[in-house]
Amino acid sequence: MIPLTYYLVISAILFALGVLGVLIRRNPLIIFMSVELMLNAANLAFVAFSRAFNVLNGQIFVFFVMTVAAAEVAVGLALIVVIFRTKHSIDVDQMNSLKG
Amino acid sequence: MLLSETTSSLFFGFVPWIVFFPAIGLLINLIFGGWMKEKAIGWLASAASGLAFVVSVLLGYSLLKQPEGMVVPFADWITIGPSTGSGLALHIPWQFRVDTLSVTMMLVVSGVGTLIHIYAIGYMHEDVRFKDDLKRYRRFFVFFNLFIVMMMILVSGDSYLMLFVGWEGVGLCSFLLIGFWYEMDTLGRPSWANSDAAKKAFVTNRIGDFGFLIAAFLMFWGFGSLKFEDVFSQAPALAQAAPGLIIAITLFMLLGVTGKSAQLPLYVWLPDAMVGPTPVSALIHAATMVTAGVYLIARSAALYVTVPTAQFIVAIVGAATALFAATIAVGQYDIKKVLAYSTISQLGFMVAAVGMGAFVAGMFHLVTHAFFKALLFLSAGSVILGLERGHHHLAYRQNSAEAAPTPPKDKHASPSYYSEEVFDPGDMRNMGGLRKTMPVTFWLYVIGMLALAGIFPFAGFWSKDEILLDAAKNYTVVYVLLSIATFFTAFYMGRQIWMVFFGKPRHAAAEHAEESPKIITVPLMVLAGLSILGGALNLPYVHTFGLWLEHTIEAAAEHGGEVSGWLAISWGGLNPWVALLSTVLALAAIYFSWLIYGRRPLEAGQKDPLKKPLGFLFTGMERKWFVDEIYWAAFVDRYVDLARFLANVIDGRFWHDWFHDRLLAGTYNWLSHIALDKVIDTRGIDAFFNGLGELTKRASASLRRLQNGFVRSYALAVLFGVVVILGYLIWK
Repeated sequence: MIPLTYYLVISAILFALGVLGVLIRRNPLIIFMSVELMLNAANLAFVAFSRAFNVLNGQIFVFFVMTVAAAEVAVGLALIVVIFRTKHSIDVDQMNSLKG
Repeated sequence: MLLSETTSSLFFGFVPWIVFFPAIGLLINLIFGGWMKEKAIGWLASAASGLAFVVSVLLGYSLLKQPEGMVVPFADWITIGPSTGSGLALHIPWQFRVDTLSVTMMLVVSGVGTLIHIYAIGYMHEDVRFKDDLKRYRRFFVFFNLFIVMMMILVSGDSYLMLFVGWEGVGLCSFLLIGFWYEMDTLGRPSWANSDAAKKAFVTNRIGDFGFLIAAFLMFWGFGSLKFEDVFSQAPALAQAAPGLIIAITLFMLLGVTGKSAQLPLYVWLPDAMVGPTPVSALIHAATMVTAGVYLIARSAALYVTVPTAQFIVAIVGAATALFAATIAVGQYDIKKVLAYSTISQLGFMVAAVGMGAFVAGMFHLVTHAFFKALLFLSAGSVILGLERGHHHLAYRQNSAEAAPTPPKDKHASPSYYSEEVFDPGDMRNMGGLRKTMPVTFWLYVIGMLALAGIFPFAGFWSKDEILLDAAKNYTVVYVLLSIATFFTAFYMGRQIWMVFFGKPRHAAAEHAEESPKIITVPLMVLAGLSILGGALNLPYVHTFGLWLEHTIEAAAEHGGEVSGWLAISWGGLNPWVALLSTVLALAAIYFSWLIYGRRPLEAGQKDPLKKPLGFLFTGMERKWFVDEIYWAAFVDRYVDLARFLANVIDGRFWHDWFHDRLLAGTYNWLSHIALDKVIDTRGIDAFFNGLGELTKRASASLRRLQNGFVRSYALAVLFGVVVILGYLIWK
């Protein structure tokens, strides 16, 4: 049986990749993907713990996370479309009109 | 209550009514006078004064029975300190002193006063007729009654302080009545001349009153009391211990006397006081108020007899005044001014008499003088009225069918009405020949003149002769001065008679003069009778008046040193030589006056016949020896200079400009502007709060840079925050 540590390391690596993607990339689509990556890294951790401790709670929580992620993507994509329509660009660095 | 103190059947308990009757009279006139008729106002005031006279007569009757008199307590006035035992205490009750001296004064004041009140009903009627102002008429009688009240307080007071209350009160009435026609001058033109005369009288009297007050203070210091009996009983002892103090008291008192009784050097107000209505001149400035000084010295006889030095000074002041004023009277043209200087001169006789210790002679002359000088003044008023009537008659003769125009209500609106032509009805140069048009007044005037000149057997002869005899016995210099004054007295009175009543009228108004009505002449006849018979009060051999006063003034009996030679001859107290000399002098003077003024009467516009032979001497008499000018230059101008200096320099530049503006306001300004505003407020409080705002601004300016709008940087911050929180939780 593959020890829990391995799953958690993978999960951590995936989360770190997601973080880096959010921080570094300027394309909102990529950022969204990175956010999905972080969510799924969390899902992986949930599932790994669920199996290791033999309780179903983590697996059920993963379903919720996936649902929320789907909803989030739907809203986020709609926002990106509207922003593109108004600014003819989807570069996040150009979306700075709220700066102080 | 007023009767409770007297147990006997005598009338001493009535004495407060001598004050309250006139006081009630004045209150009724003051409160209800507006609804009363002219006649009612005048008669009410006369009745008030007359009732006071009745009370005085009752008091006199009581004194015949009980000559030592009585002190009637009435009310407590001032009570300071313990009333009994040792320690300085001031306890002054309002007590009425009824003795022969005070009752003599009461009889004169209320008796002559009542006659003058009645006269004034007629005299002031002219004022109402020409000026149509009944309020003024009422005011006159209110003041007149107030004067009687004050004069009664003066003569009935039992202490120097009560006397002083009356002393000031009569001064006030004098001021009010001199300035009775305050908005015009003697000719009726709008001017402040009359009110200036009133102020002059008041201010001059104030100088005298200062002397009186100092005397009273010294007296309290020396005797510890202001009551007559306390002061007089201690006087001989204190005169031994501290004669200087008594001299100071008596001389300061003399200063008060020179003010009130118009003696040198403070007499200057009395001639100017003649601008008041003639009854005022007669009552206040001839018969009663001005004699208050003589009364004061007679009352203080016990003090004066202890210090011969002061007595001599008083006598000299009186004698010098008598002569000085008599010379001025020779050069005057105003009928009342002549009488005013004559009054000063006669007051000089009285002051000289009481100064020499001849208290009976002085008081005797006071009484007779009150009769004949009141008579003369009122007759002069009658002459003035006659001339005014003549003048008025002339002014509207042309259209006699038309009645005289009604006077305008507002007298300031048309001054021309009152000065249709500038005409002085008091100027003797406008008179002449009035013997025919005003026969009653003429005879009354002659009686007054003979009494004043001291012709046998009129009242003035007896009283003046007593004074002259006492002077001859005591101080030769006083006797000489007074004898010359006697000559001048007869001369100026003769001059006046010739100028006013003889010759031809020098003005159309004198030609049409009319005799005065009965209301004016009847009181004059009573006074004339008193002027003729007044001497009977103190005839030689009988000495009624001397015996009467002896009960009060013990010193009166024993005065007069040892004399020998012709002075020792005595016909019952009358020295034939002194009497003969004064009569001869008076007759000679009247003869001279006839030579100069009677034989060739003055023509209209002619200068005084004495002007040429006497030259500058006459100018001096005419201009009152320039005393007013000298006083003006020496005191009034200097006083004005001082006042101006104090106002401009001390008050203006020092207090106002420097102290208030520069020091107080400047310091305050500097403090508020510089110290508080610029330093503490601006640099302190303002700076603190401004700095706080600035700090917030700067902090926010630098903090806003964090809000750069880059989503990724926000994300980084969130990450960083999470890392920090997690790190904290892990390594806690």
